[in-house]
Amino acid sequence: MATMSGIARPVSVEGVLDVLDEDPATQVLAGGTDFMVEVNYGHRKPQSIVALSRVAGMRTWQVVEDHLVIGAGVTYSQVMKEQLADLLPGLAQAARTVGSPQIRNAGTIGGNLGTASPAGDSLPILLALDALVNIRSKHSSRSLRVDEYVIGPKKHALQPGEIIVSVRIPLSDTSQEFLKVGTRNAMVISVAGLALVVDWKSGRVGCGLGSVGPTPIRASEAEAWLAGVIDWENRRIPDRDGYGQEFGRLVARAASPIDDHRSSAAYRSYALSVCGKRAYERIRRQQRQVLPGIVNGE
Amino acid sequence: MDASANKVNTVLPESTVRVDLRINGRNYVLPDIWIGENLLYVLRERLGLPGSKNACEQGECGSCSVLVDGMLVCACLVLAADASGCEITTVEGLGRTLADPADSSGQEEGQTQGQGQTQGQGQGQTQEERQGQGQGEQDLAGPTIIASSMPMPQLQDISVTDGMSFEGALSRMHPVQQAFVNTGAIQCGFCTPGLVVAVADLLSHNPHPSALQVREAISGNLCRCTGYGRIFAAVRRAEELLAGTA
Repeated sequence: MATMSGIARPVSVEGVLDVLDEDPATQVLAGGTDFMVEVNYGHRKPQSIVALSRVAGMRTWQVVEDHLVIGAGVTYSQVMKEQLADLLPGLAQAARTVGSPQIRNAGTIGGNLGTASPAGDSLPILLALDALVNIRSKHSSRSLRVDEYVIGPKKHALQPGEIIVSVRIPLSDTSQEFLKVGTRNAMVISVAGLALVVDWKSGRVGCGLGSVGPTPIRASEAEAWLAGVIDWENRRIPDRDGYGQEFGRLVARAASPIDDHRSSAAYRSYALSVCGKRAYERIRRQQRQVLPGIVNGE
Repeated sequence: MDASANKVNTVLPESTVRVDLRINGRNYVLPDIWIGENLLYVLRERLGLPGSKNACEQGECGSCSVLVDGMLVCACLVLAADASGCEITTVEGLGRTLADPADSSGQEEGQTQGQGQTQGQGQGQTQEERQGQGQGEQDLAGPTIIASSMPMPQLQDISVTDGMSFEGALSRMHPVQQAFVNTGAIQCGFCTPGLVVAVADLLSHNPHPSALQVREAISGNLCRCTGYGRIFAAVRRAEELLAGTA
């Protein structure tokens, strides 16, 4: 196998895939907010790097039929901008909780998936939205659900030579919420995170949890319970005593948190039940808006 | 067992790359740097631009904030080799972004020579190249500085005013810098350059931010001395200076 050294900065996805086909050990650099910390602390010693920064095609999003396709190089700051934030308010909320403006200007959705941390802030909402991770190599392409893609703490299903090129999200009529608990308001890694999506068109509920297990977790039981109590015909989530708590209880039951330097397992479970209750109340109160005019964005 | 240990310990030769950077309107060539070098290290240790501060090296503190193609980022998280072709502005060049373009070209050259001499005294390795000498593919708006694997500049070789007289530097302060001086928004000063760049970036996009917007904009810049009160006052002062209402 050829061992290369140096940096390649291709301008197309094909260029990146060619580099990786020639030397699959080449390290892929996206926004750098995780990659460079590892380099700076001596945990990663790259011999050869392929940078995605100049692949313009990965830095935009577009509507393709009834789906949104977000390039892997789209930053959190881009996600927070109006048009995309209107279409995916839950993802925009999650993006806003990531690091600081400096981090959000550099870090990307594809990079968040690439790191595959249980604490990755975009992962619970991507899970709840039924997003597909679009993966390509020089000779193949495939798509995985987020819970198929993340297979362990910081472990993912990419094979040598493969990269994430985009995520594909069904465009529907949804209510979305994202909540995150950390030790302060800014610049914080999640102690527990929860994303809730109610899809009024398909009658589906999605609930994704972060930082409370080895991977992002789907709260299937809580999803089924909520789908059962929603009045889909009249687009109403019931305002009844105990319903928010019950949703929170079911959400916390889906988690398998651990004690670590950021939190105890017990606190994570408690925080998650509170997040579940609040997400229920917030979604219930949300005024339903008609989807705004869709324009492809940068 | 010994053999496998040896195998694990085999050190590959470190990968080096040539990097061409454009910083504060000047072109720099780094012919041979380690592939993993971050932009902050290059600025401080190779190019004698120590305004951006090094504290956490993990994007937590914001003291190395710079603008890369107009985006506020942490220089410690930018791979220098991936910043070729980008327009980089550090705190040293912030005043330049507002300087009168009519008088900037002359000063530019003087500054660059000053810098070249300063670094040359210590190492004798710094060269200047005039436009067209082997740099045909580059867009050279000014002289190119070749930093040939320079060792760390000695303290006496570094001019904190970047080749300018102290008065010259004062006259080219960015209004945000002026505001920090006016309001005394400084104690130890370590976080100040990063905050200045972050606030300048905020006010360039949002000339009249709300209190919450200011807090969010500087949430990635840690100050352990001031308690932020005077920093918020400095932002308001800068807002007035930039709006011409001060």
